[in-house]
Order: sequence, then C-alpha cells, then structure tokens
Amino acid sequence: MSDRIPDSILRPPPHTAPVVFTRALLDWLPWLEPLAVEALTERHRDALVDAARAKSAYFRLLARDPDALKARTLTDKDIFYNPDAGLPRAERELAAAATSRFNGCIYCASVHSRFSATYSKREDDVQRLLDEGVGADLGERWNAIVAAAVALSATPIAFGPEHVKRLRRAGLDDLAIADVIHAAAFFNWANRLMLSLGEPATTG
Amino acid sequence: METDVIDALIGIEPGSALDAIRNRRKQAREQAQASYRALFAPEDSGGVAAIERFAMAVFVTGLHGDAEIAAFYAARLAESGAAAELRAATDGASAAARGQGPYGAFPAGPLSREDAPGPAHRVAADLRRALGPRLAAAFDHLHMLVFHPRDAAPPALQALLDAGWSTTDIVTLSQIAGFLSFQVRAVAGLRALAATI
Repeated sequence: MSDRIPDSILRPPPHTAPVVFTRALLDWLPWLEPLAVEALTERHRDALVDAARAKSAYFRLLARDPDALKARTLTDKDIFYNPDAGLPRAERELAAAATSRFNGCIYCASVHSRFSATYSKREDDVQRLLDEGVGADLGERWNAIVAAAVALSATPIAFGPEHVKRLRRAGLDDLAIADVIHAAAFFNWANRLMLSLGEPATTG
Repeated sequence: METDVIDALIGIEPGSALDAIRNRRKQAREQAQASYRALFAPEDSGGVAAIERFAMAVFVTGLHGDAEIAAFYAARLAESGAAAELRAATDGASAAARGQGPYGAFPAGPLSREDAPGPAHRVAADLRRALGPRLAAAFDHLHMLVFHPRDAAPPALQALLDAGWSTTDIVTLSQIAGFLSFQVRAVAGLRALAATI
C-alpha cells in the first residue's frame, strides 16, 4: 500500500455474467484489489480461519480488515454448522438461499441453494425457489421458513410474532426458530458484501 | 465484563429463555460481539476514525427505523467526541434518506421482469458541508447498501475512492454496513421470538 498512489478499482477480465438464479458453480470477480497471496501475514491467515480460503479473492479482499473477517467467519460457521439440535442444516441453507433470492444476490443464492438441495435432497423445490422467487409454493414448512427470511430481510424489518407463530405451527422449536433468524440475518450481511465488492461470472 | 450489545439491545437477562437459546449457539453469540468490537472498538482504527464508524452506524440503523438501536449508536457517537453539528447532520441525513427495500435492477435478461426501480440517494448539499466529503460519500454508498444492494456497481466504489476512502477503508465500511444489517435483524428477530415465549 503506497501513501502516494491512490487506490483504484479493478476491471474484471472478459466474462459471462449469469442472468438467472442458478445452482451451478459460479466464479466471483472482485472490483477492489484483494491482498496478494504472498502478502498474507500470520494475522491474515489466522483471520481466514480455513487455509483454503487464501485461494479466494473474496476472502483475501476481506482480509484487509482481519479482525472483522475473523469474527464474521466464526459467526457464520456456528450459525450454519453447529450440529447441536435446532434447524436441520438443509433448512438453515434454505433460509440463506431465500434471503439471497430476495435481496438479489445471484452468487450467494447459487452457493446456498446447492447446499440446501444437497442436504434436503429436494432439488426440485430448491430450483423452484430460484426460478419463481420467494413466492414459490414449497409446502408449508418451507413456505414458513422462506416467509420468515423475507420478512426479516425487508427494510424496515417486517418480521414479527406472527412469523414466529407460523414457524412454530410448522413444527419448529424455539432453537430452530432462532436458527432461521440467525441464518436470514447473517445473509443480509453476506449479500451486501458479495453484491457490492465484486460480481459473479459463469464458469466453464 | 464487556456488555454484549445484542443482549443489551433486546434486554436479555441471565437465566432467561433467550439467554439459554443464545448459549446453544455460543460461538455465534461471542463472535457477533467480537464483530462489534472489531468494527467499533478496534485495537487499531486504521484509516477509519471512531467518529466515522459511529456516524455510519447512526445513519444505517436510522435507515432501518429502529429508534432504540439508532439511539445506542448515537450515544456512542457522542462519546467518541463528535461535534454537535456533525451529530445533527448525521441525524438529518438519516431521516432524509429513509425508504423501503430491497429494490433495484437485475442483470438484463429473464430477471428484468422482477426489476424494482428506485432512487439512488444523494445527501443534500447543506448536510454534505457539515459531514465533510468522506462521510457524505459514505452515506450515499450506505443508502445503496441498505436499500438496493443489487444496484451496486464499480462507479459507486470509485466515488468512495475519489472522496478519500482507501481500498482497505472501503472493506471496513462495507463490513460495518453488513454487520449492522445482521445486528438489527438478529435483534428484531429475537425480540419477536421472546415476545411469544
């Protein structure tokens, strides 16, 4: 980092932008310069949490604020991967995918719809969420989860006790409902980073 | 002991049902607080001053319409030594920038039928003078991040660079917007859950 030369934005190389929501593997191209792999210090690597994330331009860009990245990553992992009861992984991923579909993050939706489809084995329902949007009829339990994620993602927030009660009627206990809340809330964070610091590209 | 900000904003008492639920996701609870610390009480504030961090938080939480959370950050902004004129300009800019989201355009194609056009906001000239060019540019960008993030494009980042934000500063600004988007929703969601237990 020089004090004299102002930073500049990056122009992504020629690529094809996805124009629909998809479960296909996408690439993500940064608009700002990530840290170079060889410039990563111990502190940066610690903030990446998983060594493999050093390959990702997204995480190397966020590593510019290492403490914020580390805390965010550890928050993310517990919300989605903590196996202690609560909402099944497939449905935490559904809440993330629905939030991403509603906010319009094609990249985030691709990753988390893939996870939701993998863990739930309900590829057709997940694809219907991507194709038709958050109004798709996915059966009451999934509809209640999607509706809760959408209400929580609206600004001003439209989520209230009626959403909690619908989730409870659909069979979710309090911990599972808290998991829906955390998954949707967290993707309002992730969507804003992915949407505003770079863009998706099709692969292959 | 450090006060957990989400607990404080919800009013979670030790031993309550919500306390027990949050403890089942203990790492998320602790790391949400660590995120707050990294963004609002960093060991090294780098290129983004404490006053800027809290002014952005007042602006963003005000846009969400949650008076209690906005008041929390307004108190931190006052403690950070912000002048009364800056605090008033921040409140005024936030009140003038309210809206409803998410809106915005999709990439041209089949999704265009879902386009929901809406305004790009620019802080008014008199407030820009009180805020200074860096915070004024930040607020313009934060409005987009809050209400229509899918309209994001490289020129928005160029405007921040032109106003004196470095690449690393922009990462911090973006994390502040992202974290607050999470925090206000975690608080609103858990408040609604608490109301039904």
